[in-house]
Amino acid sequence: MGSLTPAEGAADSGFLTTKMDALVNWGRKNSLWPMPLGLSCCGIELMAMIGPKFDIARFGAEAARFSPRQCDVMIVAGTLTWKMARAARTVYDQMPEPKWVIAMGVCSSTGGMYDSYAVVQGIDSILPVDVYVPGCPPRPDAVIDALMKLQKQIERESPTRQIMGTDRDQDERGTGTSEYQPNVTVDATDLDHHPHDPRSVRRETAR
Amino acid sequence: MSTAAERVRAALKADDPVNAIEIPEVEARDHSDTCVTIEVARDRLHHALSLLKERAGFEAVSFITAVDRHPATPRFEVVHQLWAPAYGDRVRLRTRLLDDQTSVSSCTDLWSGAAFMERECFDMFGITFDGNPDMRRLLMPEGYGHHPLRKDFPHRGIDPERLYREWDQNRRGEALA
Repeated sequence: MGSLTPAEGAADSGFLTTKMDALVNWGRKNSLWPMPLGLSCCGIELMAMIGPKFDIARFGAEAARFSPRQCDVMIVAGTLTWKMARAARTVYDQMPEPKWVIAMGVCSSTGGMYDSYAVVQGIDSILPVDVYVPGCPPRPDAVIDALMKLQKQIERESPTRQIMGTDRDQDERGTGTSEYQPNVTVDATDLDHHPHDPRSVRRETAR
Repeated sequence: MSTAAERVRAALKADDPVNAIEIPEVEARDHSDTCVTIEVARDRLHHALSLLKERAGFEAVSFITAVDRHPATPRFEVVHQLWAPAYGDRVRLRTRLLDDQTSVSSCTDLWSGAAFMERECFDMFGITFDGNPDMRRLLMPEGYGHHPLRKDFPHRGIDPERLYREWDQNRRGEALA
């Protein structure tokens, strides 16, 4: 319960908002349900992480479900090919908000050693990634570290602002304005804008 | 115990002279006693395969692939390798395609398992197999339009994102409608 601290930079937001944010974030970050998208060898390390030896139940994230409808954090573990990209994007879209993405391993982070016609050169070109985990494959400890970093990120989000409608320009993560809306957005050529994605292109269209 | 070369020669010297296959080069590439390489004319390929299967004990097809000699012409060769389980040896058939040809006859009627190898060969080299009932791509997504193992294909691909982006665009269009 030591983590019930107000969100950073929320001094002006008022008592109800900050306490509500802290409570919601506390609940969210300690009950992350992973969507294990095990695409190649990283999936083996992912299984080890979920299993009893490394035991992500300690972080409230042991409930791995193979149904995107019940998941919060998608862990893309392995080499994503362009043929598989549609399925990965569909799985992501089927997950209910709020949702986060961990790119596990160099293949999903950058394409890795597969500098190839078949492989997506970094899943951030089709999905908004929150945490990247290097390694080939990364040890389960590294992915647990990513999970803890994601928990810290969730602590800083401001869900109440969006729910209360006081600041609609803030996205749910509280990190800035975002036009990011899966399924609804964007002209054909634009990438989705995402505040954490350095490669994303913000649209300059008037609202 | 007969060697692979002897059995290949015996099988291909068919008893009907009309369909007999000229095999002066049978042993030209006999690089070991367990694998013989022969060259077969394109229109005799299927007949040679059936003779080797029925008469020489080459009952299994190990692989079917192609070689791209680009920029040399003629460009493509199709390679079939057969295996004789009872003898433990192999025969490799090379079929040169002429300049404008990108098709050979299928051997799915002899080995139904050859269908996937022929599909992969079509996917990677763009060589069609006449008689294959299901001549679709195997590994690359349907509609990709290029053949990655051709020598003039860049290793990073030609527009690898195109199909995904088109799909993404349609999906967003449907979501808006």
